[in-house]
Amino acid sequence: MSKLNTTRRTALGLVAAAAAAFGMQAHAGGHGIDLAGKTVEWIIPFSETGGSAKWANFYAPLLSEALPGQPTVVVKFMPGAGSTKGANFFQEQSYEDGTLIFGSSGSTQFPFLLGDPRVKYNYADWNVVLASGTGGVAYLPLETAAKMDGLDASGLQGMDFIYGNQGATRLDLVPTLAWEMLGLNVESVMGIKGRGDGRLMFERGEANIDYQTSSSYLKGVTPLVEAGTAVPMMTWGALDDAGNIVRDPTFPDIPTFKEVCEATNGCETSGEKWDAWKAFFVAGFPAQKMVFLPNGASNDAIVTYTKAFEDVKARVDFAEISGARLGKYPQMTGEKAQTALASATQVPAAAKAFVVNWLQDKYGVSLK
Amino acid sequence: MEIIATALPALGDAWALILQPVVLGYLVLGVLMGLCIGVFPGLGGIAGLSLLLPFMFGMDPILGLALMIGMVAVVPTSDTFASVLMGIPGSSASQATVLDGFPMAKRGQAARALSAAFASSLFGGLVGASFLTLFILVARPVVLEFRTPELLMITLFGLSMVGILAGRVAIKGLVAAGLGMLIGTIGEGASSGDLRMSSYDFPYLTDGLKLVIVGLGIFAIPEIIALLRQDRAISEEPQLGGGWLDGVKDWFANIWLSVRCSIIGVVVGVIPGLGGSVVDWIAYGHAVQTTQDKSNFGNGEVRGVIGPESSNNAKEGGGLVPTLLFGIPGSGSMAIFIGAIALLGSGQIEVGPGMLKNNLDITYSIVWLLALANVVGTVICIAASGGIAKLTTIRFALLAPFLFMIISFAAFQSGQNLMDLVALFGIGFLGILMRRFDWSRPAFLIGFVLSNPAETYANQAVQIAQSRFRKGFEEGLEYIFSPIVIVLIVITVVSVVLGLRQARNIMAEGDVPSGSKRAPLIFLLCVTGYIAYAFYDAASIPSFSRDRTFPMFVAGACLLGCAVLIVRMVLRPETDTIFADREREGEDAQATHGLWSTLAWFAALLILTSLQGFILALALFLFAFLKIRAGLGAVSAAIYTACGIAFMCAMAAALNRDFPPGLLQDYADLPWPLG
Repeated sequence: MSKLNTTRRTALGLVAAAAAAFGMQAHAGGHGIDLAGKTVEWIIPFSETGGSAKWANFYAPLLSEALPGQPTVVVKFMPGAGSTKGANFFQEQSYEDGTLIFGSSGSTQFPFLLGDPRVKYNYADWNVVLASGTGGVAYLPLETAAKMDGLDASGLQGMDFIYGNQGATRLDLVPTLAWEMLGLNVESVMGIKGRGDGRLMFERGEANIDYQTSSSYLKGVTPLVEAGTAVPMMTWGALDDAGNIVRDPTFPDIPTFKEVCEATNGCETSGEKWDAWKAFFVAGFPAQKMVFLPNGASNDAIVTYTKAFEDVKARVDFAEISGARLGKYPQMTGEKAQTALASATQVPAAAKAFVVNWLQDKYGVSLK
Repeated sequence: MEIIATALPALGDAWALILQPVVLGYLVLGVLMGLCIGVFPGLGGIAGLSLLLPFMFGMDPILGLALMIGMVAVVPTSDTFASVLMGIPGSSASQATVLDGFPMAKRGQAARALSAAFASSLFGGLVGASFLTLFILVARPVVLEFRTPELLMITLFGLSMVGILAGRVAIKGLVAAGLGMLIGTIGEGASSGDLRMSSYDFPYLTDGLKLVIVGLGIFAIPEIIALLRQDRAISEEPQLGGGWLDGVKDWFANIWLSVRCSIIGVVVGVIPGLGGSVVDWIAYGHAVQTTQDKSNFGNGEVRGVIGPESSNNAKEGGGLVPTLLFGIPGSGSMAIFIGAIALLGSGQIEVGPGMLKNNLDITYSIVWLLALANVVGTVICIAASGGIAKLTTIRFALLAPFLFMIISFAAFQSGQNLMDLVALFGIGFLGILMRRFDWSRPAFLIGFVLSNPAETYANQAVQIAQSRFRKGFEEGLEYIFSPIVIVLIVITVVSVVLGLRQARNIMAEGDVPSGSKRAPLIFLLCVTGYIAYAFYDAASIPSFSRDRTFPMFVAGACLLGCAVLIVRMVLRPETDTIFADREREGEDAQATHGLWSTLAWFAALLILTSLQGFILALALFLFAFLKIRAGLGAVSAAIYTACGIAFMCAMAAALNRDFPPGLLQDYADLPWPLG
């Protein structure tokens, strides 16, 4: 019976979507591409198991409904070399009929920014149609957090910290650089397979400082905070329209790193180090995941996809269904996505040089 | 008391959820889909779940769970078909099953081996679920007691199983395990990303070799080639002996072994970070150690099937603990499972620490859906085993080309690179030589599987311990020598001592005659050469990087072992067991076809693929093989070929997979599946 119901629900959904699409086509008037009967391949340069997979699996069915002609949208995983393999593959593809899109992540952006020798791709060649942001929260064990004096982290400066690190050149460079600026002595234990492993290490009492992206924090750390074993330390913050760091709207009660830094001895919110941190924060979090059309995509195709993602965002239930699965982050299209892309993939040469040197000095990582 | 007061109602709610006809219907649907995918080696749960993902969005949570769990649960059951019937390890969960299951099939007892395996799987699944129902309530603090030193010790305990499987010359087995570990270190190091035995100019190896490829290469290819050379059916007996009832009786006669191995499975499965990769070997080792007469292991001892199969389904249940309670997937398929749960309903089920408090009924539903799926899957598998076992009576030359087709496709899915096939061929060749010269392949595989955890946990434990010792000597000692670690050390030492003493009686791959000195010595020198180069390569990594320590240590130890072997080879006469060589006498020596001509067929498939893509190459290969080697007429060969190609395309289309492209595809734009 229920199976019947499900089928009926699907059918009704299709009818509704078709009606919506019909309306939209009338509205868009001629320009735009029709993908009826086609299959859109969405390349994710990671394995089926990562955060990008969750993100793409969330959007794929919605995108399928919103695109004109309701094409099937399949997510195709192409893991390898920390996402550079899939990105290099996408770089070689040229635009045909709008049935190929690509989802990048912070782990695709960082090697590009740092001049990793394996990178053969160039963001400037691609056409962004969606940018999804996220945030990050650092947290401490209860007794350690007690040593902070309000926003002032000076009390933590003499301690030894252990942090489960996924890799020196990964997104983890944002927290490790931040802690170093606060004067914290954090030793990175490498070889963590995902941030979940890092949290487990924290729960086992082996690591005594950690960070999670916002959605993982909400699911994995909030229960620990409620149980009294963990205390949030700071968020990385969010960007306002002018590009200033402000409190993360998901965590309005938790101070940002900027506030903590200002209150802490020896931490500066200006100068070379701060600029480098901010540049990499902007590249890694506020526009962490983006959807691209390949080099040479027609304007029609860009407009069609942008419209489709806007329609997805405009769904009445979007806040509800995305809140639980993606967190409350900005999902940017059009102009805003362009701006996000620019800030995420253009880092001042000085900031890049600083981080490259810092990685060499601190971890012995050579990006040659 | 308080715990039970909350648990019992939740358990009741869970059963009320499960026992709706529509839920059971979805479960059976999932099981059927899982069986169809699981029988193909190397695909398993990840491919299956990816297939279901598009339907999960907004689906009623309990229905979605039933569908997904049905699919995941039967993979360790159905992959037994490939392990027992073809000697192909279907997934990491059934590697140990190959050791005794396949010899049983060769003796014409495939149905018996299968049904013993399935009965054990079923029982293991149920024991696992019962254990979990209670354990899940107290699991969190217990799991958190397993810190890095404990994880390292469990990894070492797993490695100690090499002792039992080392073969007649213990040092040879140890060097084989070391070689496996070195192969496992190929690629970017986990610590600072330094490259071992690879280069960015040749990107394939920087990601390391995948388990699918190594497992298929080291076990499946040597067996396929060996059978093909003899030009007969898998089963030596024309009449299949031992019906499925015998297998169930075998299981019942060894029920306590099955209980113990199930407990081993669920306990090791519970510990996050290790996943299932060691469980079946530990269970196999346990089965060997607790058997009085060990002479049959490796030749078709049914206890060698019951042990690992009892553990691998129980492990799936145990693996739910890290997945549901910590939000940390115990395996690749569990990772997708977590992602899919977020898509269900309105996303209200949040896997992680809140699961017990907010969703205990759902948690219990998952545990018992898993158990129920096991029951359904097993009943179907047992019912099918008698019929499917008849595959072993078919002339192998008719089966082999399709097996090559399937394992090539499976291998290609791991990296979607033509190099996957080259790697499969290379590892397969190594496997053929190891089999020929009686180097323990199980030991090699254990080394490979545990190489990564051993290195990571060793590095992490050392680093954290250093930090603790800086704070105080006692704090450091407490960290390293926790009670759990001490217990594990004792178990490991006992198991190694017993294992090495017993190893000479256990010939996991049968007796092998000895012959001339030259060929075994050349192979040993080649192995030594590789290990020496791996040592040099690791030593050239800058000294502040942790990525050099582990390969240097393993390679150094192996070089000592190689030196001992070389000295022994020089001193001993050529009848010594160290000169074991299957080409001397026995079935390999008397085979109808030579090794090289048989291997050339597979090489031809590889070369053709690199030229004109997989499907065109496959068509040519299948036709030529069936016509020339199997001696079929042109018409029947063409029909068989068409069936094979059609099957492959249907499979790839259903799973949304591509085929390896060749040079031709660089120049011409061909439609799928050709391009």
